[in-house]
Amino acid sequence: MAAYWKQLDTRFPQVEEVFEDCMAEALSVLTPEGRDAYLEAGRVIGKLGRGAEPMLAFMEEWPSTAKAVGESALPAVMALIQRMQKSPNGRAIAPFLQTLAPVARRLQSQELLQHYLDITLDFMERTTGSIHGHHTTFPSPGLPEFFAQAPALLSQLTLAGLKNWVEYGIRNYRSHPERQKDYFSLQSADSRAVLQRERHGTLLVDVERKLDLYLRGLWQDSDQLVPYSTAFDELRKPVPYYDKLGIRLPDVYDDAGDISGLDRYRATLAHIVGHRRWSEAQVADNWSPFQRMAVEFFEDCRIETLLIREYPGLRRLFLALHPQPLETACDPETTSCLRHRMAMLSRALLDPEHGYTDTDLNDYVARFHAIMDKGDSSTKDIAALALSYVAKTRRQSDQFARVHFDDTVVDYRDDNRQLWKFIEAGDEEEAFDQERKIEPGEEIRGLPPRHYPEWDYGRPRYRPDWASVYEALHPSGNAADIDRLLAKHSALAKRLKKMLDLLKPQDKVRIRYQEEGSELDLDVAIRSLIDFKGGATPDPRINMSHRTDGRDIAVMLLLDLSESLNDKAAGSDQTILELSQEAVSLLAWAIEKLGDPFAIAGFHSNTRHDVRYLHIKGYGEHFNDDVKARLAAMEAGYSTRMGAAMRHAAHYLGARQADKKLMLILTDGKPSDVDAHDERLLIEDARQAVKELDQDGIFAYCISLDPKADEYVGDIFGRRFTVIDHVERLPERLPQLFMALTK
Amino acid sequence: MIDKDQYKVEQEPFYQQQKNEVALYEAAYRNRLPVMVKGPTGCGKSRFIEYMAWKLNKPLITVACNEDMTASDLVGRYLLEANGTRWLDGPLTTAARIGAICYLDEIVEARQDTTVVIHPLTDHRRTLPLDKKGELIHAHPDFQLVISYNPGYQTLMKDLKQSTKQRFTAFDFDYPDAALEAQIVAKETGMDEVVAAQLVKIGGVARSLKGHGLDEGISTRLLVYAATLIKDGVEPRDACRMALVRPITDDADIRETLDHAIDATFA
Repeated sequence: MAAYWKQLDTRFPQVEEVFEDCMAEALSVLTPEGRDAYLEAGRVIGKLGRGAEPMLAFMEEWPSTAKAVGESALPAVMALIQRMQKSPNGRAIAPFLQTLAPVARRLQSQELLQHYLDITLDFMERTTGSIHGHHTTFPSPGLPEFFAQAPALLSQLTLAGLKNWVEYGIRNYRSHPERQKDYFSLQSADSRAVLQRERHGTLLVDVERKLDLYLRGLWQDSDQLVPYSTAFDELRKPVPYYDKLGIRLPDVYDDAGDISGLDRYRATLAHIVGHRRWSEAQVADNWSPFQRMAVEFFEDCRIETLLIREYPGLRRLFLALHPQPLETACDPETTSCLRHRMAMLSRALLDPEHGYTDTDLNDYVARFHAIMDKGDSSTKDIAALALSYVAKTRRQSDQFARVHFDDTVVDYRDDNRQLWKFIEAGDEEEAFDQERKIEPGEEIRGLPPRHYPEWDYGRPRYRPDWASVYEALHPSGNAADIDRLLAKHSALAKRLKKMLDLLKPQDKVRIRYQEEGSELDLDVAIRSLIDFKGGATPDPRINMSHRTDGRDIAVMLLLDLSESLNDKAAGSDQTILELSQEAVSLLAWAIEKLGDPFAIAGFHSNTRHDVRYLHIKGYGEHFNDDVKARLAAMEAGYSTRMGAAMRHAAHYLGARQADKKLMLILTDGKPSDVDAHDERLLIEDARQAVKELDQDGIFAYCISLDPKADEYVGDIFGRRFTVIDHVERLPERLPQLFMALTK
Repeated sequence: MIDKDQYKVEQEPFYQQQKNEVALYEAAYRNRLPVMVKGPTGCGKSRFIEYMAWKLNKPLITVACNEDMTASDLVGRYLLEANGTRWLDGPLTTAARIGAICYLDEIVEARQDTTVVIHPLTDHRRTLPLDKKGELIHAHPDFQLVISYNPGYQTLMKDLKQSTKQRFTAFDFDYPDAALEAQIVAKETGMDEVVAAQLVKIGGVARSLKGHGLDEGISTRLLVYAATLIKDGVEPRDACRMALVRPITDDADIRETLDHAIDATFA
C-alpha cells in the first residue's frame, strides 16, 4: 500500500483518508497494468493545480467506472480532461469526474461512453465564450450543470435523445449564460419540455386514444386520463390513482421485459376499473397500517381474479408485471418481512404455479380461492380474510425499521386511496388533494394562452410550445366609418357585383328529363321508345343536362397588424393601414354577398411570449355593425410573428366543415420579431406553417404589400402569392384576387 | 302461370326466438298487416322473415333495394320484342298476384318516389295499379308486404317518409343478449358454447365502441363467420382478426384495441 501511495506522489490529506479504500477496490477490479495506469492518471490529475477535489473524485470513481465499461476507456477520459484543462473549463473537471461512475453504469459500454465524451467535448467547444473570435476566454456556463444532471438525464434518455437535448440547449442559449445555466440544470420549462419529448418509452399522449377505446370497449367505462410526470420526482415515485377528476397515470411507461408500455397502461387501467366496479371503501380508523396494507393486497388480488374471469388473457399480463419474490429472499431475523410476505401471497393468489411451500401461505391461498369460488365476494369479506392472515403470520420483526423492499412493489396497481374512508381526520395521513385557494388578485384576465411550436430550420426540428398566442376580441370603433369607406368605393363595388354574379358555384349536378339538353339520357330514351312501340304516348323528355351547384369554401382572412402598417403608402397620402381597412371592408362585403363562411382576424407580436391574435369577425357572424366597428378600430403596432398566427388561425379554419379551405394572409413585410435575431428563422417557420396547413387541407395564399417581397415570399408560400406594388389599388385588387382564387 | 313453389322456403332455417316476435308476426300475418323490421346489420332481420315464411308455408319474394331502383323495377315494364312489346311483371306485382310475402330489403336505399308505389298495397285498398298497362291488380288474399331498414347508417337524406312509415307495424331488432347470442352462434355452426361465448364477448367490445370511431359493431353474422372459420381448424385468434376485426375498421387504434381484446379473451 505504501508503495502505491508513493507511486501516486501526492500530499493531499483528503486523498490520503480514502486512499486505502479506493486502492482496495481498485485492486479487486483492475489488472496490474490497469492499476498502474490508474495511479499514473491519478498522479497527473493531482498535479493539474486544481486542488484535491478532481483527484479525490477520480480516485473514488474510476474503479467502479472501469468495472462498468472496462479499464481501456481511461485514455479517452484522460484526453478529455486534458482538453478541459487547456480550455477555460478546468473547473468542470471535478463535476465531470464525480458523475463519471453513475454515467458509466448507465451506459455499460465503452463505445457508448465514447459517444458521451464526444457530446461533452462538442458541448464544451461550442459554449466556451470568446472575445474577438479567436481566443476562448470564458468558461462554458452550462457545462458543470450538465455534468451534475448527466446521470439523471441518462436514466430517462437514450444517448441520441441526450444529444438532441444538449443540441437544443446550445442552439438556443449559446449567447445567454444565465439562461444556459437554467436550461442545463433542468430549471427552465422548455428544458423539461424537450426532455419530456426525447424520453424513451411509450408516452401517454401518444396512446391516449387507444386507452380510451380500451376503457370503453373492454370495460364499458370511461374517464379523463390525466398524466403525472415521473421525470422529476427521484425520491418518491408517484403511483397511479383515480379520483373524481379522472384517472391519473404516469406520463410515460418503458417497456417491461416483453410487455409493451401500452400493455402496462392497459394493466393499470384494468386494475383501476376493477376497483371501480367491485371495491367498496372501508372504514380504516381502527386498523393499523399493517392491517390496511394486507387488506389492500388481498383486495387487489380479489379484483384481479374477477378481472381475469372476465378476460382470461389478463392473467398473463398481470403475472408478467407482478414481481416474483424468492421465498428465501428476506431474513426475518434482521429485517421486517411483511411486504415480502404480502408480495409472495399476492403472487400466489394470482399464479397457480407459484411454487411457494410455506404452509400458512398455501392455506390462505386455498381459503381465498374457496371464497372466490362462491361468487364475487366483497371487500368486506376479503378484508376479514386479510386481517386473519396478518394475525396468523405476524412476527416480532415486522416492527423493524429495516424493511425488505426488493421485488415487493406491484407497479401497475394504484395507491388504493379510494379503498379507505376515515371517520376522524388522522394525523399521519397525507392530505392528497388540498383545495388550492385562488389568491385574491390572481384573477384570470382573458383566455389563457395557447402554445404553438416553432420550426427551427437549423436543427431541423420543432421547438415545442415556443410561441404563446393570446386571443381576444378586437376592440370596437365607429361602424359608420366603414360604411363611409364602402360608399366611397361604390363604383368599384358595382363592378365587383358583376363579377360576383359571374362566379358560379362548382359542383356538377345532372338534370334529367329535359326536352333539350346536352346529352341523350339512354335509360329514358329506351323507355320512351318502348312506350312508342307499345302504342302509348312516349315521353319526349329524353335529354339531360348539367348544372353546377354548391359552393363550399371556408375563408380565413388573416391581417398583419404590425407597426410598419402605419407608414404612408408610396405615391399616396393614405397609410397602408387605411388602405388595408378599405380593402378588407370591400372584400368582406363581397364575400358576404357570395355567402361563403368567412372569418377575419388580425395579429401582431411582441416576442414569442406575447403573440396577439385579435378576432374581428367570426364564422358565425354576419358582416354587421359589430364587425364593422371592430374593423374601424384597427390599429397597427409591434412585430410580425406570422407562423404562430397562421397556426392559430388554422386551428379555427381546420375545424370548419368545407370542401375547400382558404387562408388569405395580408401582410406588408417579412415575418420578424424583436427576439429573433436570425432573420431566416421566422421566414422558415412561416414556410413550415404553410406546409402544415397544406397537410390539413388548407390552402394558404399571401397578398404582400411589400414591393421587395419577391426575395422571400416565394420561399414561404411557393407560388401562392401576389405582390401588390401599387398599394393604393389594394381595395380594388383584393376582392378581385379573392374571386379569381375561388372561381 | 307462375310457379309458386320456386319461392317456397323448403328447409327450416335456424332461427332463435328472442322474445315473442314469432307470435306477434303470426298475428300480423293473420290480419295481413304490413310489417317493417328495423335493426342493425347482421342481427337476423332477413333470417327472421325467411323463417316466418317457412313457418307459415308461404312463398317469399325478396328484393334487395338500391338507389338506382325505379318504380318499374318493382312493378314491371314493357320489353321490346321483334314485333312489338311484351309486358313483364316486376317482383312486387308477381307477389301480389300469387299471394307471396314480398320482402323489400333495405328499403331506404331505394329512391323516395319508388317507395310511394307500395302505398296502395299497404292500406285497406290492397291494390296495385299498373298505369302503363292499364290494369288494377287486387292483391291475392295471402299477399303481405314486409320491409326492412337499418336505422344505424341512416343519414338525413335517407329516411323513410312519415307517410310510408305509418303504414307498417314494426319490429325493433337488436343483437341478442350475450347468452342467447352465444347459443345462436353455437347452434348455427356447431361450435362449443365456451368458444361461442368468447366470440360474443369480443363482439360486445366492438359494440360498445360504436360511435367512438366505429359506425357499427360486430354483427352476429360476423360472429358466425368467425365460428365457422374456427370450426374449420383456423386458430381462434387468427379467425377473429380475419372475420371480426379486419372487415369492420381501418382505424389503427381501434384495430389494436380489438386485437388486444381478442388476446385478452383467448388466454
